Amino acid sequence: LAHRITGIAVILFLFAHVVDTAVVGWGPEAYNRVTTVYHNWVVKLLELGLVAAVLYHAINGVKIMVFDFWPSTTRHMKPISAASTLLFLAGMAPITWLMGKAILESAGVL
Amino acid sequence: MAVGTRERPPAGASRGGFLGYRGRERPAGGFELWSWLFMRVSGVVLLVLAVGHVLIMHVLDEGVDRVDFGFVATRWASPFWRTWDWALLVLALVHGINGLRVVVQDYVRWPGARFAVNMGFYVIGFLLFVLGTVVVFTFDPSKWPGAV
Repeated sequence: LAHRITGIAVILFLFAHVVDTAVVGWGPEAYNRVTTVYHNWVVKLLELGLVAAVLYHAINGVKIMVFDFWPSTTRHMKPISAASTLLFLAGMAPITWLMGKAILESAGVL
Repeated sequence: MAVGTRERPPAGASRGGFLGYRGRERPAGGFELWSWLFMRVSGVVLLVLAVGHVLIMHVLDEGVDRVDFGFVATRWASPFWRTWDWALLVLALVHGINGLRVVVQDYVRWPGARFAVNMGFYVIGFLLFVLGTVVVFTFDPSKWPGAV
């Protein structure tokens, strides 16, 4: 279920993201107005969520493929699921650090 | 009912619940088998394209703070990045919308509504594919001298 939630979140963002990126075709004035939206700290918080969703969906997708293509591994479902969760958290730690700094800077805290 | 719309148990019910979700059962054949395989193959490619894109654009080197018109103009001066971004556009749209189709199959039971919802997503996907493709391949920053 978490795989679906993150997948839906990512595709819905993609719908908006294709449109906002397409604005580059209308010149610097229009596009730079669009990108200032992304400099808002609330939007950056959502952006951190987006990165987490992409990473979770990616790692969990690999886990699903391992189970699909090597069915015998489902005997070790628990440790493999735990490993994929751990991998996700390990990846998110430095990402949260880097993006967190940028969020706090935009919010005027740092 | 058409191919691929046969009833399946609701999401997660038989596939191990919230954290133990194992993906969909491999379909027996036909369109659904190709769809199943496509999701896995495109998933592997997107592992590089999408995760790479997110890390480069959103996490490393000041993230989105450095993204503006000049940044895109410099980046898209390289055919490598234009190709990357276009491949990402196409694969992510097809992977994402096919994913929505699978989810809709589970939650939207009435065939008429299911057809309408899917068609809505296909139309959005097609329009975004056209829009994205046109912009990626026709973008020419020299139309705005001095902007880069």
